[in-house]
Parts: sequence; structure tokens; C-alpha cells
Amino acid sequence: MSEGNAASPLLTVEHLTQRFGGLVAVSDVSFSARDREITAIIGPNGAGKTTLFNCLTGFYTPTVGRLTASHSGRTWLLERMEAHEIARQARVARTFQNVRLFGGMSVLENLIVAQHNKLMAASCFTLAGLFGLPSYRKAEAAAVERARYWLERVGLVDVADWQAGNLPYGAQRRLEIARAMCTEPRLLCLDEPAAGLNPRESADLSELLLFIRDHHAIGVLLIEHDMSVVMQISDHVVVLDYGRKISEGPSAQVRNDPAVIRAYLGEEEGA
Amino acid sequence: MEYFLQQLINGLTLGAIYGLIAIGYTMVYGIIGMINFAHGEIYMIGAFVSMISFLVLGAAGITWVPLAVAVVLVVAMLFTAVYGWTIERIAYRPLRGSTRLAPLISAIGMSIFLQNYVQLVQGARVKALPPVISDVIVLAQRADGFKVSISYLQIMIIVLTTALMIGFTQIILRTPLGRAQRACEQDMKMASLLGVDVDRTISLTFVMGAALAGVAGVMVTMYYGVIDFYIGFLAGIKAFTAAVLGGIGSLPGAMLGGLTIGLIEAFWSAYFSVEYKDVAAFAILVLVLIFRPTGLLGRPEIEKV
Repeated sequence: MSEGNAASPLLTVEHLTQRFGGLVAVSDVSFSARDREITAIIGPNGAGKTTLFNCLTGFYTPTVGRLTASHSGRTWLLERMEAHEIARQARVARTFQNVRLFGGMSVLENLIVAQHNKLMAASCFTLAGLFGLPSYRKAEAAAVERARYWLERVGLVDVADWQAGNLPYGAQRRLEIARAMCTEPRLLCLDEPAAGLNPRESADLSELLLFIRDHHAIGVLLIEHDMSVVMQISDHVVVLDYGRKISEGPSAQVRNDPAVIRAYLGEEEGA
Repeated sequence: MEYFLQQLINGLTLGAIYGLIAIGYTMVYGIIGMINFAHGEIYMIGAFVSMISFLVLGAAGITWVPLAVAVVLVVAMLFTAVYGWTIERIAYRPLRGSTRLAPLISAIGMSIFLQNYVQLVQGARVKALPPVISDVIVLAQRADGFKVSISYLQIMIIVLTTALMIGFTQIILRTPLGRAQRACEQDMKMASLLGVDVDRTISLTFVMGAALAGVAGVMVTMYYGVIDFYIGFLAGIKAFTAAVLGGIGSLPGAMLGGLTIGLIEAFWSAYFSVEYKDVAAFAILVLVLIFRPTGLLGRPEIEKV
């Protein structure tokens, strides 16, 4: 891993603190995530991982700290932006621990909504779309094509017309990742994508994430409890406990860090 | 039979107007779960704008009816759209995220404010407009001389309403804006995470609903020829009843509800008593709320997991 300016980080988190009244959910956490790498954030329940994601994607305004996204020669201060600007300009996409699809829409429509801004511009704010002008048809065809590509990737082409809410759980998870990818993100934040999946599905998920990293050249930020997934695919691991960062480094190093073992397994008797 | 046919025509015309107003209630409820009680006032403002426009056009010498009506429609839609946008911006948006009751009370306040504003600016007296379109087509005649007729105006109202309904359904189903509206309806936060500008989507929903209410205002001005600052209240409540009857949140439901209320009112006035026509309409609201709270076409609330 090169230090210095060779590979500048895609996301930099500096001194992030999030308080809710007296509760400190995240306390002075700093780390960075690089482009074309999978950065895993692990830690016991209540360590502040999801809070961190909520700060990144505009759900919460951090009490203290700076969140910087930089790519394509530009820099965005995420803590000052609204959620839709973060998605549209800073190109950060996320999924949720409890799946949040548009259950009443078809699978395909879920992916088309994710390409809203492009289509909105192409439709000249609705009018061209209403009358089906050629320029809009072309944009729409491109959007469907992109959706199709991701449906093939996650193996949901056959159910493209189903209501998203009727899909089985594993398929909903995959669709959520496909939808996030349809926004063409530079940083993809996944909140426990392997939760509730069987070992076979987890293996497929690992493969999908590696494919996304390698073929779409984006950074992935991953919250995960399934250690087999984390250890297998992460390039970099950040460990949180009670809102603090207790360890950081390549997965092999973090796995043997005494502080991490203590946080997960508890203090040894008489130690 | 002839009498029945005539009431059917009258009821459909009235129902089309209620339906247009009801769409505004239903769309706003669908997206932010709030009853916009100032919506009836938007319709009243549409009626006033159309009356003023007709008078200005008349004074300017534009008397060719199709052109005048087209201009008045566009002007009324523009004005009401601006009113709708402004109301959302100053009275509802600052309260988003607070308790459910806050925007509702703000809406009632807005409604009272708009009534008084129009009363002050335009005066409290009833305003009358001579009929703009007065030709009728006689469809049938009974032996005793009773004629079944449909006026050009009624035809225009029904045709225009149908066209607007189809257009708006297409917007909701097929355009990116409609997709964004449906997405916001289901999960506003998630929509924003996908890059949808939720504030703008909500604003546009208010603008669309207000423009339709503006069209309804124009129609009523031409149909009845008399308006005052208070017409928005009753029409608003009736359109709200129509929206609830059809299933609030459902676009075809709003139209169906509007037609039903219009027909009930027309038939009740014809066969029972004109004095109690409002009672009939509101009795429907009570019955629907008791026996079928989701309305005719409404879906039962799906619990989010």
C-alpha cells in the first residue's frame, strides 16, 4: 500500500463524532477508503457502524468532523450536503441493513428510479417524456439497458416484471445492490449485505463485490458481521468498538490484533 | 327516462369538476400523507383569475371564444400553479418532519388566510360573468316539451377533464417525474439516496394539483357564472369527500369518486330535494369512512417491515 499521493483516498473521514444527547455513538473516528479497494468496517453490535454510514449519506449531520469525498479531480464535503446531492454529485450510494426497496414497484422500475436525474434531464423536465420524443426514448432505452446489465449480474432478469416486494429475501438484497449500482456510484456503501444469507449466497455475494471492485473501478465500503466474507474480500479493515476505532489495517493483521480479539471475545480471565 | 338522461349529463359535468379538484388532494396525500385543506381555496383563486382574465380579454377585444377560453385556461393554470408552489414553500415545507398535525393546522390557517385575502382584494359580493359559451345541442324531446340537452360547455368540460386525466395518468406512469413521485410516496429517504430531489418532487406535486384545481375554477366560472370568495370551502370539502370515496392516494379513485359525488348530487337534487344535496354527499363520506375506510379503489395500508 503506497503512502503519499500515489493513490489518493476516495473517502476521508476525519475526527468524526456523532452525539445523540448524552450518548456518543461515534467518537473521534478517522480513516480513509481508497478507490478500487474494499474497505470493511467491523465491530460488535452498537459499535457505531451504521451511524457512520448515516453520517456519510446525509441522514445525520455529524456533531464534529469532516467527511471528504474526492474523485474526478474534485472534492466534496459530505457533511454539508443534502442526501440527494451526495448521491448525485459526490456519487455515494448505499444499501440498508433492513432492505429498503420500493416494494410496490416492479424490479425493473426500482432500477430505473435509480437513474432519475439522467432521465429527468433527458425528458426536459417531463414534457419530452410525456410525449415520448425520440431523445427521451433513447435515454430511456439506455436506462433499461443499464438496468438489464445489472439484473443479469445479480441473476434477476427473469423476474424483472415482478413487484419488488414479492421477491424472496436473498433476491431483494441483490436487487438493492443492483439498484445502488444503477446510480453509477464512485463509492458504494453496503450495510451488512450478507445478513440472513446462506453460505452459498454469501459466496455469490463475495464474488459480486469483487466483480464490482475490479470491473467498475469503484471503492466499496462494507459493514459486515460475516467474517468469512470480510476476511476473504477486504483489502483494508477498520474495527470500531463503542464508537471508537480500535484497529485498522490489512485483514490478516487486524485478525491477530489483541485489541480486536478482546473486543469480540471479551477479556481473558485473570489477564 | 328523458329526465334521467338529463340528470346524468348534469351529474357527469359536475362530477368531472369535483374529480379535477380531488386529484390535487389525492396526489398531495399520496406523497406526503397530508390533507391540503387550502386546496379548495386554490380552486377559488382559479375561478377569480379566470373571471378577471375573461373581463380583461373582453376589454381588449378578444372575443373569439376558443382563443379566449384557451388563454384563460393557461393564465388560470399559471396563477394557481404559482399559488400552489408558494403555499407549499411557506406553509408546509418548514413543518415537514414535525408532528403530523402541524402541517394540517397550517393548511387550515392558509385556507382562512386565502379566503380573507380574496375577500379584501376582490370584495365580498358575488361576482357574475355573462355566459361565454351558451349554445346547446338538443338530444331528445319528450311529448310534454321537456328537452334533453347537452351544452357545448358541458361537452368541453367532460372532454377537457378526460384529456387532463389521461395526461396526468401518463405522467405518473411513464415519465421520470411520475416515477420519482411514486418512489417518494413509498420511501422518501430512500428516493433521496438515489439522487431524487425530494423537495422539488413535492413542490411539483403541489404545482400539478394546483393547476388542475385552476382548470376546475375556470370551468365553474363558465358553468355557473357566479363566484364569490367562499366557494372554495364547499367545493374543497366535496372534492375531499370524492378523494376519500375513491380511495385517497389513488388517481383513478379520485376521478371515480368525483363522478360518483357529482352523480349523487345531481340525482338527489332531481328526485328528492335540492336543499339536502350536500347532506347526501357528506352522508356518503360518513358511510365510506365507516364501512370501507380505504375507499373504492384504495389499497389497504401495507405495513412496512
